Amino acid sequence: MTKNTKTVILLLIIAALIAVIPVAALRDAEFGGSDDAGSVMVEEIHGEYEPWFTPVLEQALGGELPGEIESLVFCIQTGIGVGVIAFFMGRFVERKKWMEKQGEEDASDR
Amino acid sequence: MPEKKKFLLRAYIAFAAMFVIAPASNAMHIMEGYLPAGYCVAWGVICLPFLIAGLISLQNKVKENRRNLVLIAMSGAFIFVISSLKIPSVSGSCSHMTGTGLGAILFGPSAVSILGIIVLVFQAVLLAHGGLTTLGANTFSMAIAGPLVSFGIYKLCTHTKMNHRAGIFLAALAGDLFTYCVTSIQLALAYPSEAGGVAASAVKFLGVFAPTQLPLAVIEGILTVVIVIGLETYAKPELRAIGFFGNRKEA
Repeated sequence: MTKNTKTVILLLIIAALIAVIPVAALRDAEFGGSDDAGSVMVEEIHGEYEPWFTPVLEQALGGELPGEIESLVFCIQTGIGVGVIAFFMGRFVERKKWMEKQGEEDASDR
Repeated sequence: MPEKKKFLLRAYIAFAAMFVIAPASNAMHIMEGYLPAGYCVAWGVICLPFLIAGLISLQNKVKENRRNLVLIAMSGAFIFVISSLKIPSVSGSCSHMTGTGLGAILFGPSAVSILGIIVLVFQAVLLAHGGLTTLGANTFSMAIAGPLVSFGIYKLCTHTKMNHRAGIFLAALAGDLFTYCVTSIQLALAYPSEAGGVAASAVKFLGVFAPTQLPLAVIEGILTVVIVIGLETYAKPELRAIGFFGNRKEA
């Protein structure tokens, strides 16, 4: 294993730990509320507040996007991103191998 | 575990959860309809010059060398991935990262504004996350202000000859945090508190965002370093084409 590989693995483990530890440590917490609390805060400062515009999607659906479908769309977003990165990364990795092989062959031809 | 006990345990957890007032934080984006119309327009207008500069800068990069498209696509994809991951944080709520650091480091802040707005539109339209009326404000915080700070810190770190990877880590971390600071200030400007005005209100919003975001910013820094290591190993020709290595000896 090269030094870089080790660094990458170590870094990824740290990143995963930072994400996982709160879940294990705070068993009672909801881990929800990413969208609501900001509005709660607005209401606390401002008093009652009625959003003056509802998301286009909610208008079209006549309600909130169901949770499962929301996670689907988030997955699509992740998928698009991972797909693009993985595709190019794969090409780069193979290209490097190929270039190194070519280099060796060139050297032995001489 | 016997069924009954299991049920009791579950009931207890549900009961307990009701009493937990988690200082849940809003994810980075300001919700649809939560900014007065005047602010929506104002932030949009502020964003325009940056977006135009971004378009021009991207066009030039592609004209210079078509292969730059690959790295541009990868930076955009990185934002897609990173900003779709909702990650639990120490404050007991979830939030997600920005992922704009990579693009800012590779292509400069203006180019990222375009990549960022694509993601924001995607989330606003399909996910009702953020919103079209608040698009201007969200673009400013996530796709302009954050990347600007990332870019500045990265440049500063290369100037001071600091460890290159530490510089990237700091740049991504600072960009992520600053995005949330700007969001807080934007909300505070629109909702100054009665006692203390904008400043007091900003502190309040920051208090909601900061504890959640700090660990996530660290993760974002780490992930950005990881992808840069990957690119440095396998995509040297592309990085050289955009002048990433500069005078630095190639790693």
